Amino acid sequence: MLLVLLSLLVLLASSALAFVLRKDPARAQDAGAYGAVAASLTGLLPAGRVLLTGMPETLTLPWAVPLGSLSFTLDPLAAFFLAPLFILTGLAAVYGVDYLKAYEGKKPLGLAWAAFNILTASMVVVFTAANAVLFMLGWELMAAAAFLLVLFEHEREQSRRAAYLYLAAGGAGALLLLAAFGLLGRSAASLDFALFSVPAGGGASAVFLLCLAGFGLKAGFIPLHVWVPEADPAAPGYVAAVMSGVMMKTGIYGLIRVLGFLSPWQEWWGWAMLLAGAASCVLGGLFALAQHDLRRVLAYSSIENIGIILMALGLGTVAAVNGATAMSALAFAGALLHVLNHALFKGLLFMGAGAVLRGAGTSELDALGGLGKRMPRTLPLFLLASAAACALPPLNGFTGEFLIYLAAFGGAAAPAALAGIVTALALAVAGALAAAAFTRAAGTAFLGEPRTGRAAGAQEAGPLMIFSMRALALLCLLAGLAGPLLLLPVGTAVAAAFGLAPALAAMEGAAAPLVYVSAAGLLLISLAALVFAGRALALKGKQPAAAGTWDCGYAAPTARMQYGAASFSQPLTDFFQPILRKIGQYPVITEYFPGKASFSTEAQAVFYNSFYMPAAARLRDLAYRFSWIQHGRLQIYILYIVVTLLLLLLWKL
Amino acid sequence: MEIVKPLVQLLAALLLAPLLPGVINRVKAFFAGRRGQPLLQLYYDLAKLLRKTPVYSRTTTWVFKAGPAIGLAALAAALLVMPFAGRPSALSFDGDFVYLIYLLGLARFCAVLAALDTGSAFEGMGASREMQFAVFSEPGFFLGLAALAAVTGQRSLGGMFGVLTGDSWRVAAPVLALLTASFFIALLAENSRVPADDPNTHLELTMIHEAMILDHSGPDLAYILYGAALKLWLFGSLIASMVLPSHSGAWARDAAMFLLVMLGVAAAVGVTESVMARLRLTKVPYMLITAFAFSALALIFQMGR
Repeated sequence: MLLVLLSLLVLLASSALAFVLRKDPARAQDAGAYGAVAASLTGLLPAGRVLLTGMPETLTLPWAVPLGSLSFTLDPLAAFFLAPLFILTGLAAVYGVDYLKAYEGKKPLGLAWAAFNILTASMVVVFTAANAVLFMLGWELMAAAAFLLVLFEHEREQSRRAAYLYLAAGGAGALLLLAAFGLLGRSAASLDFALFSVPAGGGASAVFLLCLAGFGLKAGFIPLHVWVPEADPAAPGYVAAVMSGVMMKTGIYGLIRVLGFLSPWQEWWGWAMLLAGAASCVLGGLFALAQHDLRRVLAYSSIENIGIILMALGLGTVAAVNGATAMSALAFAGALLHVLNHALFKGLLFMGAGAVLRGAGTSELDALGGLGKRMPRTLPLFLLASAAACALPPLNGFTGEFLIYLAAFGGAAAPAALAGIVTALALAVAGALAAAAFTRAAGTAFLGEPRTGRAAGAQEAGPLMIFSMRALALLCLLAGLAGPLLLLPVGTAVAAAFGLAPALAAMEGAAAPLVYVSAAGLLLISLAALVFAGRALALKGKQPAAAGTWDCGYAAPTARMQYGAASFSQPLTDFFQPILRKIGQYPVITEYFPGKASFSTEAQAVFYNSFYMPAAARLRDLAYRFSWIQHGRLQIYILYIVVTLLLLLLWKL
Repeated sequence: MEIVKPLVQLLAALLLAPLLPGVINRVKAFFAGRRGQPLLQLYYDLAKLLRKTPVYSRTTTWVFKAGPAIGLAALAAALLVMPFAGRPSALSFDGDFVYLIYLLGLARFCAVLAALDTGSAFEGMGASREMQFAVFSEPGFFLGLAALAAVTGQRSLGGMFGVLTGDSWRVAAPVLALLTASFFIALLAENSRVPADDPNTHLELTMIHEAMILDHSGPDLAYILYGAALKLWLFGSLIASMVLPSHSGAWARDAAMFLLVMLGVAAAVGVTESVMARLRLTKVPYMLITAFAFSALALIFQMGR
């Protein structure tokens, strides 16, 4: 635990140093990046130790805040979330040095590094806090730091809007969480997690709903996701990797923690999580398919994966309430394993998208193309991450989902079996949609011919960026092949969160299939090697000829005739138009010799436009009616305060 | 001996798979009143293609060359999971059918990326349609296997087809019939047969699978064609295992029976292609949704049983 504290201090110190050195961008970069990497290495040690031994470590320091205590607990559940946090932030920092070089002298890099390390530090606090006040402190600090980073390119209107939306969502979520913690700790002397008691009657359900909404606003599942597709793409590449890979998971972490406080559970809690997760993973996949910007595709894919995790938690809850321990254990283990796997491949994907943005100056899919030739080192890494995101074996995206499938076919009695079928079906649909979305994104951006001059002149990413991406790609492959080895940390984390019995059941149920999956993965790799060897043998001594792509005899094909992102997904997006509601203008041909025509489609933010915007407008109208309270005169505000204080005093008397 | 059997089964599948398209073509030729190509035509084609020197488009990268190879490896790995004559396959474990579906997904992922690598409008079109149909067919296929798992109470393909006997058909005929129908539609769609796609079409604009591989040549094309034959074998053996649930216990007899039924499945595909016209592209999703509905109905019947 002391090492975690040390890494926290390193983060804060390097953050301060980066801020102090902000006049000298190169040294500020060094201060921030070295600090982040050192903190990661320091922090990974205790996290790994706790995961392997399963023994929680605690630390309490004196602190004079009402209801608060400066007490940290590093139990296996916290460690399980800390591990991807440290892996990803360390690698993101290395990546960031190259990424930010282009901004030297144009942007306050010292501030960016200070905010980045504060973001990491606040997440460490969130994962290890053993007191609600401390937890909320970390939570709000995290929101503030991420807000600053989303604002990095504040001259763009889109970024400002995204940051504001993020702030609003974070603020609303924090209010809900405060209420939930108040309910949980209302009869205790302090808000230490250990002293929380389950409120009687409907209180437990109220806490659950408050937490589902409050943590959901951070986790970003549908319909609480509106900030995700705005803020994730607005942040710089390496920050987006951390936000999508780890920060959104703080919501999942909080939800798991609170579920631990709230036993016994109600069955409908499980169903609520399951249905929200199922909707989130299916709709997230569908919306990802309709986006025109690479980074927005990735953001919606994050929503999809958060949905998968939430759905697994719901399935586990339903199964546990119905006494199907083995099934619930597998579902919880699958959820946790997917938390780790998603952090790895989504981090890699966002870094790849950042490399595209840095290299070509845009991440608009239909302006790209042919990047594979110009960025030959990024291409295999992005394709590998895409395959992992589609849960294709032998990569790591598969193992977590596989455990969830195993749970879904757990063969339990009626309610749990129904939950299993819904889960499996949503996973299958989401998988098919993800495959379409990622072949579309990777294919349009990296393959074929460049569609614009910017894509044609794209530059390969810097060596540090490539290093970080390669490290993550290696981890994706290893985590996919080492499923059985990951079962131990997953098991200790499940034990810490849900008790020993489910952990043992998960280990027992998942061990053999995961060993087989690993073996099958190795077999697949060796088969591929065999097939490649056969190909080399067949081609021995032959000189393949080079020619143009088959153009059906057309004399003057251009790059614009390629299938683009919009055309690739058009059959599917047209089919799901009632849900997607994309806005399009199609040319209508009225003459025999039609002149120039134009065509446009735009993916709408459906929930934002058709639900949140009207609701916000309604709220604003309501607020205007009370605008007479706001005068702008200081004296009257002081009067308000005095009156409030008097009323409180009277109430207390 | 028990270790050798799964390997012999695998070898038989690998060797006999290219026979199935030959059977289909002969049946179609019979219906059309033609003599048709030789039964072993695909073997000749493969041998010839492997000897040829490929031509590569200047637009393509290594993705174009790796796609067919990885796709073939994925399909061969899927064959390792698929049971043969109701006997456990070489690789049988709880949840192996999930693995099988994702291996098919890997093969499709590679094919689509290789197609997009050419920068051709036709191949992009084929890739787009392939992905569109996959979105509709995969959930139905998956639900079908889930229903089968529920009927048999098993979580591995080997287990499912091991317990599926004539008695299962006596007690759960509607469920199994619906599932067989659903799998048959999945076979037609996934293997680009009529009415979802036409393997013999000659216009790029109307192709799906054939459009995706327009630019492949030489050994790469051989890999693609062989992979397609393996995929047909995979789906064929799924249906054969469904409709032939009699286990004499004698391995040789079971295997011979299974191979006969496989030929029957290929003939059934040939008949279907001969008597049906190809559906309009926009109607294909509805056919796949029908397959999904069959699977869902089977599952509901099973849960109500």
